[in-house]
Amino acid sequence: MMTRKAKTTLWLSFSYVLLAIIGVFCVYPALWVTMSSLRVGDALYSDTIIPSALTLEHYTNLFDKYLFAGWYVNTLKISVASMIIGTVLTLLTGYAFSMFRFAGRKNLMSLLLVLGLFPGFMSMIAIYILLNQMNLLNTHLAIIIVYAAGAPLFFLFSKSYFDTIPKSLVEAARIDGAGHLTIFFRIIMPLSTPLIVFTSLMTFTGAFTDFIFAKLVLRTPEKKTLAVGLFDMITDPFSTEFTTFAAGCVLVAVPITVLFILMQRFLVDGLTAGAEKG
Amino acid sequence: MQQLAMERSGSPDSKRYSRTAALLSVLAMGLGQLYNRQYMKGLLMLAFYGFGIYTAVTRLPHALWGIVTLGETETKLRKVGKLYKQVMGDHSIFLLIEGLITVFIMIVFVWLYVIAVKDAYHTGKLREEGGTPNTFRQTLSFVASYRFPHIVLTIPMIGVFFFTVMPIVFMILVAFTNFTRENMPPAHLIDWHGFETFRDIFRIKAWSHTFYSVTLWTFVWAVLATLTGYFGGFAVALLVQQKGIRFKSFWRTLFILPFAIPMFVSTLILRNIFNGQFGPVNQYLSLLGFDKMPWLTDPMWAKFTLVLANFWLTFPVSMLMIIGILTTIPKDMYEAADIDGASAFQKIALITFPSVMHAMAPLVIMQFVGNINNFNIVYLLTNGKPVNGDFQFAGDTDILITWLFKLSMEQGQYNFASVIGIFIFIVLSVFAIWNVRRTKAFKEEDA
Repeated sequence: MMTRKAKTTLWLSFSYVLLAIIGVFCVYPALWVTMSSLRVGDALYSDTIIPSALTLEHYTNLFDKYLFAGWYVNTLKISVASMIIGTVLTLLTGYAFSMFRFAGRKNLMSLLLVLGLFPGFMSMIAIYILLNQMNLLNTHLAIIIVYAAGAPLFFLFSKSYFDTIPKSLVEAARIDGAGHLTIFFRIIMPLSTPLIVFTSLMTFTGAFTDFIFAKLVLRTPEKKTLAVGLFDMITDPFSTEFTTFAAGCVLVAVPITVLFILMQRFLVDGLTAGAEKG
Repeated sequence: MQQLAMERSGSPDSKRYSRTAALLSVLAMGLGQLYNRQYMKGLLMLAFYGFGIYTAVTRLPHALWGIVTLGETETKLRKVGKLYKQVMGDHSIFLLIEGLITVFIMIVFVWLYVIAVKDAYHTGKLREEGGTPNTFRQTLSFVASYRFPHIVLTIPMIGVFFFTVMPIVFMILVAFTNFTRENMPPAHLIDWHGFETFRDIFRIKAWSHTFYSVTLWTFVWAVLATLTGYFGGFAVALLVQQKGIRFKSFWRTLFILPFAIPMFVSTLILRNIFNGQFGPVNQYLSLLGFDKMPWLTDPMWAKFTLVLANFWLTFPVSMLMIIGILTTIPKDMYEAADIDGASAFQKIALITFPSVMHAMAPLVIMQFVGNINNFNIVYLLTNGKPVNGDFQFAGDTDILITWLFKLSMEQGQYNFASVIGIFIFIVLSVFAIWNVRRTKAFKEEDA
């Protein structure tokens, strides 16, 4: 018979082993791609995970052979702009549905939720023609408009969050004579940091990583975004430069990954605020 | 405000302002308001009315003609002098879209018209009961304070309308046409086709076989993907949050990594990791003396790899959310269970699991719905491959949504793609409405 203490120690050691194994699986792809990006040559195959000789050649290649710097600037421009517009629209939509009661409100909410489920590219042909009519094909503005216009469909998180803010706060401010916009910006927004961070992060990464729509609209190489550029690099059957692709992956993934890890706390708050309230 | 004015009303014997105002407004939007001495409002409305009527007269007939006929003149070579010249005919798809936009704008116009008539009537009524109509300035401040949600929602709704609703209506209409690559405008005209395509999907063997197989796999995939992600996340969350585990936040950060790396990047990486010939997984297997696995080239293994990769990508989100919920379960429940002599397993089964399920159920259903629609992972990891010769433009791992994409973007079978799209939409809407209606966000409503 083992003592209770010995049993606990055994179980804890076993847990640590499990945690370590899961950790290895989580880190492996990132580690592998980083190592590949530093390897000499351009093949997918390698005998060892740690390369025998290291080189930064693939990173310089990205900037010499491809328009990588330009893609980066394009992507940042598009994602920051869609993030700002999309977040403001989403928050305002959530706020209107949370704080006000008006005719048709519930139906409108259901409609938006159902529309949010509709696969985006089902509408691509129509949007393509629409953009063509507005002379916006192959422009970044078109992409920003489409991303920002799609953002409010995911208002439910912000609505759930605003539902948790006590109404008495808003009423007190209204008695003091504050207008709706003052209340929104001076009272509601300061209380909603986790939500704002969460929503911005989601719209930012959404725009940063989307490739289907960007691929359809952006035609010329100098207008491409990172996602489209990388995707073309690896799916082009004549491209054999795997290691250059790996270097591109590292440069794309590092900022987003760091952002996510730094924002972890907000992420948990944002996710659970939505989860508990449904 | 208007109600207040009505309550202190006095003279019931006054004229029938309401009827006159309403009738005038039916005649032309804004006339009723002018009659009610709301001059500024009336003039603005009249100007808007003029604009609306102008649009209706110049655009509506052409739009309706376009929608009904989808164009009448074909693009042809015509002899001009000695040379043959291409003469552009009607472009059916442009006609359809432009027609739709015009019809939608007209619907909004009619709706505003009705509102204007109602407004004239109510203001007239107010005057009958002795009140004074709002001045323009009062109207503006009324709108700013009582119509705030409407103003705020206008811009998002216009965006949603043009970039979501209108395209969806367009796609639904395409399902009833013969729009395919062989029949592409501007070279050809498109015709209305009725339910022909819907019938074909069930009647033609190749299509119906593909449709049933892909639908079945879509649901199997969605169930597997959702359950593995959820229970995997649950298990890891329990493991990390155990009493006595140190460096909790370190482990959490480590496990968030798959979620933090942009999804398209990690999926493209996984695709290379599972490469049958040169990928590292098979290299390790052969180092250990095993045969190489056809991870992405055998139908069964490709499906397995897909679920595995999805598990890797999604368990961190579930883990994060479940950790959040675990911290909200009161500690004394576990203490009470300890006193009663419950085992660790009983505590998890009877306290932890029900609490987490209660909070997570709606989200799990939403994840399931999302997985039915999970285009990215299938497209990026397997691209639907391996190709299945029995299928109509689909591979073994294709789910409905990727099949739809291939049909429209690669094969140009737009009408078939639209039928599939309608099918997906119906399935998803049923889930979504059922789910949304029973979540708290709807139930908490105050009366």
